[in-house]
Amino acid sequence: MKPSIRIRSIPWLRIGSLILFIAVWQLAAAFVDRQILPGPYQVLLSVIEHLERGELVFHLLATLARVLISFVFAMALGVALGIVMGRNRNWDAALDGVLILALNLPALVTIVLCYLWFGLGEFAAILAVAINKFPIVVVNMREGARAIDQDLLQVAKAFRLDWRKRWLQVYLPQLYPYLLASARSGLALVWKIVLVVELLGRSNGVGFQLGIYFQFFDITSILAYSFTFIAVVMAIEYLLITPLDRRLMKWRS
Amino acid sequence: MAILNMIEIDVSRKTYHRDHDQSELVVLRDIRFSVEPGQFCCVVGPSGCGKTSLLNMISGLDEDFSGSVIIDGGAPSAGPPPGYMFQASRLMPWLRVRENVELVTDDPETRVKIDELLGEIGLEDFVDAYPAQLSGGMRRRVALARAIINEPPLLLLDEPFLSLDTPVANRLRRLLIDVCGRRSSTVLFVTHDLREALYLADRVLFISSRPGEIVLDHLVDIQRPRTPEGEDIELLRLDLLKKNPQLLSGLVENGGNGNPGGTNVINHPHPDC
Repeated sequence: MKPSIRIRSIPWLRIGSLILFIAVWQLAAAFVDRQILPGPYQVLLSVIEHLERGELVFHLLATLARVLISFVFAMALGVALGIVMGRNRNWDAALDGVLILALNLPALVTIVLCYLWFGLGEFAAILAVAINKFPIVVVNMREGARAIDQDLLQVAKAFRLDWRKRWLQVYLPQLYPYLLASARSGLALVWKIVLVVELLGRSNGVGFQLGIYFQFFDITSILAYSFTFIAVVMAIEYLLITPLDRRLMKWRS
Repeated sequence: MAILNMIEIDVSRKTYHRDHDQSELVVLRDIRFSVEPGQFCCVVGPSGCGKTSLLNMISGLDEDFSGSVIIDGGAPSAGPPPGYMFQASRLMPWLRVRENVELVTDDPETRVKIDELLGEIGLEDFVDAYPAQLSGGMRRRVALARAIINEPPLLLLDEPFLSLDTPVANRLRRLLIDVCGRRSSTVLFVTHDLREALYLADRVLFISSRPGEIVLDHLVDIQRPRTPEGEDIELLRLDLLKKNPQLLSGLVENGGNGNPGGTNVINHPHPDC
């Protein structure tokens, strides 16, 4: 009976910790100047106000579009190169140095250089984000490609499966855990970098707005924007990635 | 007659490179034999004598050896795909039992027969289970179903009934004889259980311990249908061992399950994945 009790208590722990967080926040806000730390209710009111004015949705969508495009771009190229490097020792040896360099390149450096080289445009912004995400995907997928079970590939070869079956039912399923891990960590990283890119060189998006409120010392609006965006990213995680994970990894349970 | 499946094997050497000291390990040497179409040929030998290597060469998986393997006058990879049951079950863990068998079939008519075949091997209640939910023995049965579902002209089986209990193994052996008879498949069946070999085979090839060489090529002339515990099989087995003591030494020294006089049943532990 023990496990079932433990499972049942998990949602309550989640909700409990959330309530505790809001309570501590409210308590702290009571002792500090409203300008410095607005309470949760004030922030909620601010969210509603920004939503009613419509500009929050506009900037949110601009940011989401950048997140989506750079995410897809970085994932597609990263997965392809990662698989190549994981399968082929020569490619791995040739590109490993560049990969380590790319991994250690500070995000700010790529952003500034992209803007300087390609101008303050959308292309430079998305490229900068993708370059930051790309090497992490490569490392992840290379690990996945190295862990491919040769015995199962032999089965595909012995039974002469066509390339579609070989790829979709034998090879790719072995990479799903790595793909999902890349997608998860990628989403979290990409949206943070998109905000910096917007702050430095775009005239819309959540990052751009945060820059303005920073200049006006409007902490309430900063928190309102931040929490809204966090909510959107969490929704993507719970409504998209978690169900996908559950579907693809069903055989493990 | 489109499919004959005459197998001609002429392998002078099969070696493996050992990574740790760069040395060469000769696993097979001077293996020359041919298998007639429709013949059920068992390969018996101690573990490590290169039986699995032999199957890999015949299946076309392994092309790195000196010599030749010719099936119906061509390379193994040129002919129709064989049914191959590996020593470990090698199922796709993300596919359900039925999907694992479906994976190797393209023909819609064959697909209809999958559930029937799974029923015949006693897995009717597990067609929608994932391999992780099955016991090792059940996974082997799925692997057998995958190997025979297409009723392939050439069937390669690598110790398929190892670690199954005797009644189940005997049922599967009968099923195998049925399937092979239906399509007169050519079969290469690796085992180190002599009794099993004599029950199933038209012919038994004995391979010595490493480097593996053929030490005896015996045609089994016991009439079918045979019974697995039949006296004629036991007599032939004792006779073979008496006349060829070197077989015995090979099997006992390296087989690990040597029990020359008595019951050499296939019930020893074996890692199965």
